[in-house]
Amino acid sequence: MNPMRMSPLQSAADTPARPPATGPGRRVFLKVTAAAAGGLTLGIFSVDAAQAATAKAARSVAAGPEFTPNAFLRIAPDSSVTVIVKHLEMGQGTYTGLPTLVAEELDAAWSQLRVEGAPADAKLYNNLQWGPMQGTGGSSSMANSFEQYRQAGAAARAMLVAAAAARWKVPAEAIAVKNGVVSHGGRKASFGELATAAAKEPVPASPKLKDPKDFVYIGRHVPRSDARAKSTGTAIYTQDVKLPGMLTAVVAHPPRFGAKVKNIGADGLKGLPGIRFVVEVPNGVAVVANGFWDAKRGRDALKIEWDEATGFKYSSSDVLAEFKRLAGTPGAVARNDGDAAGALARAAHKLDAAYEFPYLAHAAMEPMNCVIRLDADRAEVWNGEQFQTVDQGAIAKALGLEPAKVTIHQLYAGGSFGRRANPNSDYVLEAAAIVKGLAAQGKRGIPVKLVWTREDDMQAGYFRPAYYHSLQAGLDADGNVVAWQQRIVGQSILDGTPMAGMIKNGIDPTSVEGAANLPYAIANLHVDLHSPQIGVPVQWWRSVGSTHTAYSTETLIDELAATAGKDPVAFRRTLLARQPRHLSVLELAAQKAGWGEPLAPGRNGAKRGRGIAVHESFGTAVAQVVEVTVDADKTFTVDRVVCAVNCGLAVNPDVVRAQMEGGIGYGLSAALYGEITIKDGGVEQSNFNDYRVLRINEMPAVEVHIVPSAEAPTGVGEPGVPPIAPAVANALAAVTGTRLRKLPLTLGA
Amino acid sequence: MPIFFVNKVRVDIAAGVPGDTPLLWILRDSLNLTGTKYGCGKALCGACTVLIEGQPTRSCQVPLSSIKLGTDVTTIEGLKTREALALQAAWEKLDVPQCGYCQSGQLMSAAALLAKNRHPSDADIDNAMAGNICRCATYPRIRAAIKDAGKSLG
Repeated sequence: MNPMRMSPLQSAADTPARPPATGPGRRVFLKVTAAAAGGLTLGIFSVDAAQAATAKAARSVAAGPEFTPNAFLRIAPDSSVTVIVKHLEMGQGTYTGLPTLVAEELDAAWSQLRVEGAPADAKLYNNLQWGPMQGTGGSSSMANSFEQYRQAGAAARAMLVAAAAARWKVPAEAIAVKNGVVSHGGRKASFGELATAAAKEPVPASPKLKDPKDFVYIGRHVPRSDARAKSTGTAIYTQDVKLPGMLTAVVAHPPRFGAKVKNIGADGLKGLPGIRFVVEVPNGVAVVANGFWDAKRGRDALKIEWDEATGFKYSSSDVLAEFKRLAGTPGAVARNDGDAAGALARAAHKLDAAYEFPYLAHAAMEPMNCVIRLDADRAEVWNGEQFQTVDQGAIAKALGLEPAKVTIHQLYAGGSFGRRANPNSDYVLEAAAIVKGLAAQGKRGIPVKLVWTREDDMQAGYFRPAYYHSLQAGLDADGNVVAWQQRIVGQSILDGTPMAGMIKNGIDPTSVEGAANLPYAIANLHVDLHSPQIGVPVQWWRSVGSTHTAYSTETLIDELAATAGKDPVAFRRTLLARQPRHLSVLELAAQKAGWGEPLAPGRNGAKRGRGIAVHESFGTAVAQVVEVTVDADKTFTVDRVVCAVNCGLAVNPDVVRAQMEGGIGYGLSAALYGEITIKDGGVEQSNFNDYRVLRINEMPAVEVHIVPSAEAPTGVGEPGVPPIAPAVANALAAVTGTRLRKLPLTLGA
Repeated sequence: MPIFFVNKVRVDIAAGVPGDTPLLWILRDSLNLTGTKYGCGKALCGACTVLIEGQPTRSCQVPLSSIKLGTDVTTIEGLKTREALALQAAWEKLDVPQCGYCQSGQLMSAAALLAKNRHPSDADIDNAMAGNICRCATYPRIRAAIKDAGKSLG
């Protein structure tokens, strides 16, 4: 180390985010001053990524007119094709998959493609699977866009071809388009050369789509459009947005859900550096400062007095006791085939099981955050937006604006797993409340970045609800399942939200999915539901209802197979005779895993075993065979997972594989460790030390096999999650004989 | 005025900048080097990993006051070693990132590993990488990409 050395200019030039030279001086260096420690640094305003991301329009005007055949793409004079993606890229590959559809029908070269997040617009960018609204979730991005984005590409292609036909005076049918080049015989034109003329051609109403046998991108490997940016630190997330004059807000949330601020205790802030404003918001107190650290230091120094009269006072044990009480009474009926109670009474063998599922945090790597600026008559938001038009409407209402006056700039999200699709727009509205509070203090127009700490993210909500399942099933003397009766108890995710209209006849479909549509052929089947109101904020979590229903149904079916003395795969095969998608993955996973063949022995004589589970969610069937090793001290490892997936046509097989790998890892975190416990109305866990998640040394070897299919694509973001926990439990039962009915899984005392 | 180097650019810290400010927030908020991420603030997740004198270090736990005069800090923006470039190429080739938020930290840890050991075993990779959480569970690809990068370096 040489403390005396000067900074070499040449090396500095290698640094991508290097500051511009501030003057003719010989040395370039950065000076961090006290007044500016939060946000300002001499000579550093070279890159404003968020503004760069939104300055594309200006650039394209400078470069010449663009060809914009529809809302989903535009072609610039330089032949670049910008695909406007209506769905959030939070890891699942939307920024690769949707551009693939356009490129396919447009016959563009992959290198021509650029990607841009769509602005909020429920009409143009409606989710065709569950709109009218713009949003990402339910593993619907590819499924609902498959036709739409292909049509968009095909329309643009037809217009380019029409323009070329007119220019060369040849029939359109005689023109070829390949790899971004339009040609007829020896004549060639780029998209850019034809763009101006193409823009004048009529937009075809229903352009012809390719025959799948002619696909060049769909079904093959296309590299992720975001891999480079995400491997070099240049991808911009909400956390990275920096705007001129921007301040950072950190919020003190109540120690128990629903408590209110009695006194904000701003005395504690006296003498602290960088603090600019204090704003009371509906769920706490925001400290607004020059930068994150100043804001957090301030937040931690507040001496808030809370009014806990309205606060939630209970603990997880109270919640469970109430669930058990309710499980003894009939609930709202979600499915009723035959006479389950009668058949159960007559059954030769009966199983009676109760399952307990804890609250879970999403714990995305990027804690919740949002950047917002409120000007005189409009607001701008920078966010990794999963529910664009819901959040836009909620912000507009909170700020007294028309929705069209709220502009949303879409950014990458550092994970979400459902969390950024909050029906109540919780953290987004918190950001809005802060700028509204600043405006009330005469400080309109200051951009504010709301940053939740990891602790806020884990303790302030929202959570996958806790559930309790009571399940009884019966076999006849020959080992056939004759009765199945399932009661689910847990909070409704939709109740009390703007989406409560989805609740029909007392059934929140997100509470019973995976159970009410049990795929097994059982003549007498009854599923009912209790949805008690409890003051814990709850929300969907990657694969929603299937996070718990797959566990209870797939472990009980396994137990029934064991009771009947039948092989778990053969037992399922019989009951799934009319479920081709389920069957296809069951067979493929079993075959690839070597089901029925002996396993290699474990280390030091440790016992090993296999388990299987199969589950459909969002139209995609997934089966997983798990191999575990159980040590003498009752600890265990998950060694290998063989996964088979049937998601219809796999548009990008490698992304499908990645989503299965990721779903397995996410599901394993919950299966092995995930548990949020409530004590006296507040969350006990705070960070990754006490809310443990899977690390690389705990990740099993994963093999993914895709069932070939020509059917329309269904989702892959979530369906990899549900089978893993029951498959692990079934493997553990195969080794130990113990059926685990409480999550997270432990064999210990 | 403490002086240290970030990606070989000299950084002068004026008197009065609070010494408890973690390096992470100097990098992100003051120097606008946003490739280094905030994930937990407690050295539990590894998203904020940078190299300090070549050692992978959680920058959220490095208060300004602890940074010695002349210390060399490397962030993802300044990671230009042969190992790093091989890793980034492998990351792209194998499509490692999903949400991508943790990947800067993963790459910093992986670069430090390959600098010492071009052909790490699975156990070496576990040891070097277990401090870096990825909620998208890109772990199998991280493992494969580290090996691939090592191989490409010969």
